[in-house]
Amino acid sequence: MTGTIDTLLQNLDTLLLYVLAAGALVGAVLMLVLRQPMRVATALIATMVCLGGIYGLLGVHLIAVFQVLIYVGAVMVFMVYAIMLLDARDPSVRSRFSGLLVPGIVAFALFLGALVYGLWQSVPAAASGPHGAGLTLKAFAAAFLSEYWLHFELTSVLLVAAVVAALAVIKVHRTDHGG
Amino acid sequence: MADKVPLLLSLAVAIFALGLLGVVVRRNVLVMLMCMELMLNGVNLSLVTFAHQTGTAVGAVLVFLIFVVAAAEIAIAIPIVLLLVRSKRTLDLDAYTDLKG
Repeated sequence: MTGTIDTLLQNLDTLLLYVLAAGALVGAVLMLVLRQPMRVATALIATMVCLGGIYGLLGVHLIAVFQVLIYVGAVMVFMVYAIMLLDARDPSVRSRFSGLLVPGIVAFALFLGALVYGLWQSVPAAASGPHGAGLTLKAFAAAFLSEYWLHFELTSVLLVAAVVAALAVIKVHRTDHGG
Repeated sequence: MADKVPLLLSLAVAIFALGLLGVVVRRNVLVMLMCMELMLNGVNLSLVTFAHQTGTAVGAVLVFLIFVVAAAEIAIAIPIVLLLVRSKRTLDLDAYTDLKG
């Protein structure tokens, strides 16, 4: 018994990885099944937190931090506010699924089969590459600001465009109501 | 952790496919948006796995940029959903089949 526990402790990373992967998968499945949008949002938050834990286990701590800060902290809080603003007695809450349920599931099975087939074809070749010992913040920052600075600046343009577009959308609505 | 690459890639594939299934089969606009976020998360997981496998920073940089794009996307999508709801008072996408252009 103690031998088993010792082995488990030695493989704690692996065990945690399995638990987090199972949690992420269960959250993703629950998102499709649950009826209330708020519960779907909670399942999505659980999935995102599990994925953040996986990123931390992989040694990419920066991405883990931003997964929790940006996705759970900003995007999902915004989504939860939107859900609270809107009516929970909507017809789309009573009947969850659209008329595309059966074709959707068939297409899902085919798509998953194609992806898994492609994965099995490509993983042995990809796994023969050099294995990194984890990405340090220094390496990330150097690559980010020396090689990819143009992309970084382009995202600022995108964010400005998003702000302007959001303002434009809201202004259209105000003139609609004769304001 | 290097031997876990197939497991992580399978998880990424499963999450992406489940998100796509959710976008197709659910009726609620907000739930569909959340399923799109789930698809983005699956792609992020595969990128992080490849970055970890190869030891390069490219995947992590791309994930960072995807975070920014996802934040911008949700900042545009939620006001559009609110406008749709103001015009027809429902979140059911079947009610918006008359949208054109």
